[in-house]
Amino acid sequence: MSEVRVALPTIRKLEEIGKRTGIFGWVSSVDHKQVGILYILTALGWFCIGGIEAALMRTQLIVPENRFLEPYTYNEIFTMHGTTMIFLVIVPVLLGFSVYMVPLMIGARDVAFPRLNAFGYWIYSFGALLLYFSFFAHDAPAAGWFAYTPLSEKPYSNLQGMDFWAICLVIIGIGTTATALNIIATVATLRVKGMSIRHLPLFVWMTLVNSFVILGAMPALNAACIMLLVDRQLYGHFFNANGGGSPVFYQHVFWNFGHPEVYLMIIPAWGMISELIPVFSRKVIYGYAVVATSTVAIALLSFSVWAHHMFAVGLGHTLDSIFAAASMLIAVPTGVKIFNWIATMWGGSIRFTTSMWFAIGFLLMFTIGGLSGVTFAVVPIDWQVTDTYYVVAHFHYVLFGGTALAVLAGAYYWFPKITGRMLSEPLGKWHFWLTLLGFNLTFMVQHSLGILGMPRRVYTYPNIPEWNELNLISTIGTYILGISVLIFLWNIIYSARRGKIAGNDPWDGWTLEWATTSPPPVHNFDDVPPVKSARPLWDLKHPEDPDWLRKSKKARAKKGR
Amino acid sequence: MALNLFSNKSKILMSAFVGSDAVFFAFLITSFVFYHGSSKGRPNPWRDLDPATTGMYSVALWASSGTMWLSEQALRRKNPRRVRRWLELTFVLGALFILGQCLEFKGLFSKSIYPRTDLFATTFFTTTGFHGLHVLIGLVMLLILRGLIAGGFGREDYQIEGYEAAAYYWHFVDIVWVAIFFILYIWGTR
Repeated sequence: MSEVRVALPTIRKLEEIGKRTGIFGWVSSVDHKQVGILYILTALGWFCIGGIEAALMRTQLIVPENRFLEPYTYNEIFTMHGTTMIFLVIVPVLLGFSVYMVPLMIGARDVAFPRLNAFGYWIYSFGALLLYFSFFAHDAPAAGWFAYTPLSEKPYSNLQGMDFWAICLVIIGIGTTATALNIIATVATLRVKGMSIRHLPLFVWMTLVNSFVILGAMPALNAACIMLLVDRQLYGHFFNANGGGSPVFYQHVFWNFGHPEVYLMIIPAWGMISELIPVFSRKVIYGYAVVATSTVAIALLSFSVWAHHMFAVGLGHTLDSIFAAASMLIAVPTGVKIFNWIATMWGGSIRFTTSMWFAIGFLLMFTIGGLSGVTFAVVPIDWQVTDTYYVVAHFHYVLFGGTALAVLAGAYYWFPKITGRMLSEPLGKWHFWLTLLGFNLTFMVQHSLGILGMPRRVYTYPNIPEWNELNLISTIGTYILGISVLIFLWNIIYSARRGKIAGNDPWDGWTLEWATTSPPPVHNFDDVPPVKSARPLWDLKHPEDPDWLRKSKKARAKKGR
Repeated sequence: MALNLFSNKSKILMSAFVGSDAVFFAFLITSFVFYHGSSKGRPNPWRDLDPATTGMYSVALWASSGTMWLSEQALRRKNPRRVRRWLELTFVLGALFILGQCLEFKGLFSKSIYPRTDLFATTFFTTTGFHGLHVLIGLVMLLILRGLIAGGFGREDYQIEGYEAAAYYWHFVDIVWVAIFFILYIWGTR
């Protein structure tokens, strides 16, 4: 009797999923596909706002001694730009693709905890709105996205901006952690029969590893924010040198989060690249096991390199050397991945779709960002260029040239699955080339600016000949980038209504999500194809030459020899 | 058996969550250890702590892990009356611990020791306060479990697994207190 009472309402609600329409249908939904779309669209919205902030900054810097923005407003805008792009855009958009794609790719009906999934999205949305509410409370955070103490302490930031910052990051972190837990539980328990850990699609592999990185990294951010709040609200002494506290301790705690964070913003993007490069090269991924295990190596190493953000603090030569070595070490598994992707393309019959162009753009840009990253591991170079535009150029090559291009590649790849219609290829090509042009104009010159000594986070600069031209070029690049984003938005709006009908499997894909309709029905699959290898749909389409048979043949041949 | 951590989605979720939460406590405890002795102001601020009294309330909390375990066993044996009894006792022991912590904080406040007093007090109140918050959340969770049991929850296997997953949290909070008690009260006041 009582079981009936517990069980019935759940079943009724599950049947209702997808039947409610309109706004209420979206707000009340616990369907992983709807939640995923909400995540992606919300992140896209914040991306536009963060982009407008970037455009405002670049406009301020277009000529020397400009008076377009007030100095304090400029501080608020660069702080909010960084915080927005990291916590409100990149992390959520990756989570969005994860919760949308992971259940489909492993042949599941939904994530393990659908309500927790919806909760994760809504708490993120709430935290994001609360963060921007600070503008209306007359003091947005203005101490930079990593809020170094003592600048972020009460005596130097005495309005409530930093309190908003700390509280909102904890709130958003709750959502991120909840979703990470959900993905772990989903992958652990809901894989379709036959999908062993060796047959997981690489995107699922990487979101799984990424979820563990989130679980290890977010507590450090929470701790840093909580200690900062105790200092600010209860007049504590954690980072207050007068009371014996140490501002450097804040840096240690924050970067214990901050460096894994860098990787948790790129690992799922690598997963997307590892899915679509093989499909568009018509070749199986080169070194599946190496791609997967190098991700684990990177995830582990990412927790041991945090102090390379702190070389300028004066930790002493021993510590500097240890962290320099660890930071260079992490470039090895990352480089291995790049070679895996190139080797996958090598000799393949590459189809140059927009998605593939973005993936190629990713390979080039991310390599530049990775290489400039290695230069920072060399302590004397770091001392020379720390807090200059060289740093800004570096991490934009990683986060925009890396993550953003990969996410756009993924967006062009999966848009047909999500909406049932193709994104326009001609518009997509314009989008890609303008993005590449605008991005490189904006950030390539910032390497030079940094080496010439232009500091980041300063609202203007004196009239120095080279600086003027380089800044002008950088700003023009930003405007081109803005145009490319507008083209993308138009492409989404237009194609969602009038785009070419995609069909179930427009790319001739190999993973399970292409086995269902586009968009997938509420219950995802009527029948999940049998899974005997990492490419179940290849096996289905080529019964004469399936992956699992080829492998066992190879093994037999080896034994025979 | 309850030892099989990864048999069930709820248990996987809760294990991963407490693992993450443990990292959070590790940072708070680290802040205490890192700043121990560098506190400016009063000499030997840890004299104000009373390990013996706190130890008694701590025993109540640790005992509650045992009673929780007994309630899990009773649930496995489909004995709802015993489940309820052990669960209620767990709640009482947890509440006793919170009472002890309130009295301890009150005593410190009456000696004008607040988080703002010095670095020792800042790290002490933050670490133990956050643990107290976790116990409070655990008590709410126990109340929810009690309500569910009253409604007949716990007959299906997945419900038993869910109940045990919730118990993981309670055990975790107790284990964290072992670390906090020995580092803050025993090592910190030695």
